[in-house]
Amino acid sequence: MSSYRIEGNTGAWEIVVGLEVHAQVISHAKLFSGASAEYGGEPNTHVSLVDAGFPGMLPVVNRECVAQAVRTGLGLNAEIHLMSRFDRKNYFYADLPQGYQISQFAHPIVGEGKVEIELADGTTRHIGVTRLHLEQDAGKSMHDQDPLRSFIDLNRAGVALMEIVSEPDIRSPEEAGAYLRKLRQILRYLGTCDGNMEEGSMRADVNVSVRKAGEAYRTRCEIKNVNSIRYVMQAIEIEAQRQIEIWEAGGTVDQETRLFDHVRGETRSLRSKEDAHDYRYFPDPDLLPLVIERDWVEDLRAALPELPEAKRTRLEQTYGISRYESGVLTVEQGIADFFEQVARDADARLAVNWMLGDFFGALNRTGATIETSPVSAEGLRELLGLISDSTINGKIAKEVLEDMFESGESASAIVERKGLRQVTDTGAIESEIRTILQTHADKLAEYKSGKDKLFGFFVGQTMKAMKGKANPAAVNDLLKKLLSE
Amino acid sequence: MHDLTLAAARKALRSRSLSSVELTDHFLSAIEKHDGQINAYITVTPEPARKAARAADALLAEGDAPALCGLPLGVKDLFCTSGTKTTAASNILRDFVPPYESTVTSNLLADGAIFLGKTNLDEFAMGSTNMTSAFGPVTNPWRRAGSDAKLVPGGSSGGSAAAVAAGLALGTTGTDTGGSIRQPAAYCGITGVKPTYGRCSRYGTIAFASSLDQAGPMARTLEDCAILLESMAGFDPRDSTSVDRPVPRYEDALERGAKGLRVGIPREYRTDTLPEEIAALWDEGIAWLRDAGAEIVDVSLPHTKYGLPTYYIAALAEASSNLARYDGVRFGARVEADTLDELYEATRHAGFGEEVRRRILMGTYVLSSGYYDAYYLRAQKVRTLIQRDFLSAFETVDVLLTPTAPSAAFAHEERPTDPVQIYLNDIFTVPASMAGVPALSLPAGLDRSGLPLGLQLIGRYFEEETLFAAGRVMEKAAGFTHRPALHAGAVA
Repeated sequence: MSSYRIEGNTGAWEIVVGLEVHAQVISHAKLFSGASAEYGGEPNTHVSLVDAGFPGMLPVVNRECVAQAVRTGLGLNAEIHLMSRFDRKNYFYADLPQGYQISQFAHPIVGEGKVEIELADGTTRHIGVTRLHLEQDAGKSMHDQDPLRSFIDLNRAGVALMEIVSEPDIRSPEEAGAYLRKLRQILRYLGTCDGNMEEGSMRADVNVSVRKAGEAYRTRCEIKNVNSIRYVMQAIEIEAQRQIEIWEAGGTVDQETRLFDHVRGETRSLRSKEDAHDYRYFPDPDLLPLVIERDWVEDLRAALPELPEAKRTRLEQTYGISRYESGVLTVEQGIADFFEQVARDADARLAVNWMLGDFFGALNRTGATIETSPVSAEGLRELLGLISDSTINGKIAKEVLEDMFESGESASAIVERKGLRQVTDTGAIESEIRTILQTHADKLAEYKSGKDKLFGFFVGQTMKAMKGKANPAAVNDLLKKLLSE
Repeated sequence: MHDLTLAAARKALRSRSLSSVELTDHFLSAIEKHDGQINAYITVTPEPARKAARAADALLAEGDAPALCGLPLGVKDLFCTSGTKTTAASNILRDFVPPYESTVTSNLLADGAIFLGKTNLDEFAMGSTNMTSAFGPVTNPWRRAGSDAKLVPGGSSGGSAAAVAAGLALGTTGTDTGGSIRQPAAYCGITGVKPTYGRCSRYGTIAFASSLDQAGPMARTLEDCAILLESMAGFDPRDSTSVDRPVPRYEDALERGAKGLRVGIPREYRTDTLPEEIAALWDEGIAWLRDAGAEIVDVSLPHTKYGLPTYYIAALAEASSNLARYDGVRFGARVEADTLDELYEATRHAGFGEEVRRRILMGTYVLSSGYYDAYYLRAQKVRTLIQRDFLSAFETVDVLLTPTAPSAAFAHEERPTDPVQIYLNDIFTVPASMAGVPALSLPAGLDRSGLPLGLQLIGRYFEEETLFAAGRVMEKAAGFTHRPALHAGAVA
């Protein structure tokens, strides 16, 4: 259990947090219409008559969206409900064309599951998932386009969302952040949501309450629509602080919906429980209960990609890398894939060191991602191959990698163009060393009189004379031999 | 020509003794002459109809005409028709022209039917009198003997029923949620079929109560209805509740007879208040079937008495949600206002009539937090019990025979002011709707004042054919050839 506590005037307070994550399903078409679910587009260009709620239009569930929800449920180790149901959530708003949202209120498609999170101190915890259900997104109201009128864009109306509800198991902002990152990682691995919080394809409602250790839950407040992991963490801390102040002043926290203002660093009341909508949920009579086959679920399970935890373990076992290294390499599926292409049938240790070191460094410097990297996995693999077969040494390789990022040329082309091929010809190295020993007769004498440290000086002089291209092992061997003559 | 059935007209067109243009012109001029007194049509579309008729004649001349080629029909103004105003008889959709075609009307058009126009109805199909239309009430073409009192045609498909009765269309489409095809068919002395829920697609039909709404044909005879239903029915991937099973040739079932058929008589339908002459007609219907070799069996549908109240809970709950989309934001009428909430209030107040507003309020109430369990949930449970009543009855019988409505048509002025009294008109039709089983109404006789009375046959899921067969036996026995006071042939 987390030891995170907020110190108040009356002692330490524990925080209790549950998250409702709205994740936009990756699919070509919307949940109940054939219109494109693609992000962006001119306003009201991805809208069918069904989405616009025209008279007599009927929803037909999109099988691919259901498959995505099942895949996500499987990825969260959750129970898949073979029978679920769509309900109508009734309320009036200008960007809700039908006057109701179709959602799964009473019978969600996915039941209880869990997510394992890892904290900075290396400990792990399980956060329970209560349920996952499918629902439609609403459209977008734009109030800032005209002084007197509001505009409505229905491109998003009807796009499939998965609402993933956690148990109130989260006990610190750090845990909330770790949960969201892990959830996003799993969704991205599964290809069921792109997890892009800036574009709004993943957003969180944050339920926060505080209590003294050992107490039952106190009243919670829900902070709506927080759109970054950092803001979620900030909002929890700020909201917990606010509630503690109320309790400690002898007041009572009211159950209400609040908004997080990251500019002012505060949460503000949106509506109280008394003003809460009566959504008049009832089963949507336009849709039959959603019944899926066990075999279909098993087919989806069999086709699931390798998930982060499994991949980590396998990478550790296959390539002999550390827990830390496997964690970094599996943050994104693309990185892990890249690594495996580089390390395949090659020196895995060399591959890890280069990826985590110079390669990521170069990516950061150039602002590229693994997907947009100017150096492909094959390209990096070729470079490391040149090290392994002693064509170039490590120092030269760093220079070559930088050139690869700039010029886009292959490692071997750069080595040829710049004449960086390593000198392994012992005769050439030996003659260079003999010249150096003559030039630095004084240093040679000092060495012979016992100043062993000067060995490094001779290595450096040799490499310098060879313009860095000498094979370091050959230089060492020859120096040892000639110095002892 | 005014006395032609749809089947006879089809024959005449195919034998080229009559052209579709002649037939269409006949109906258009009949509408022009007589519909002023009846108000069966909200919109008449003479030009598209004539154009389609000319095209139909060309096809007929070539000899490979589709099933309904050249036959002029009326379409209830609840079915969206591409490019033609579709109002649901509501001010909120007064000028709404959908850019799409309902599946049912698409099917009819694909089979070559000619649409004369859009027929009147109760606003959003909510009513049993056709008095709630924003386009004025429909007048039943029938009159009581010796009286000029204007009578209601029943509802909600009142315009569709009146148009057929008055000879203003060969047949019409209707929709039935709790009796909206069968009750007006009975009041107007015509035949109407409500098929099994899921038999006809609801795509493009303006929704009243989605779990109950079902399209069906209205025409002079069972044969006409069989021809129309075959075209209207079928699986539609755009309606998740439509059922994927083949559509039979209903016409082929018509002459199967009733020999060996087990006909159930639900004792709960014989209420204390059932008028004597309706009870007598019912007995007559029983005798017709018995004489044709059917076995008559007393059955019990014990939850019948809960049908009406649970129907009004289930249907209005759905309606309150289905009608939320008429908000003045994207289509239809809008009353401008300063805030969004005011825009909703003003638009919906101006756009919806009193009965629709009442039903939205009741539907909202039964779904509200704290009332949901007591009303909506309980109604759903009772609905299951009503379904079980039918399933268990159909273990011992093949069809059920009941009266269609507890009265004949009544006068506009006699319309009860208490809405519950009006809702009672649906008492015999609602249970089949709640169960989703098919049912039809056929004209069986006249009451003392000369008004038509209907009998209802209810069948097993997707066994419309049995209904057509049993109905045809009764149709022959009844020999109902009466025509209303106002019809295209009677009025000079």
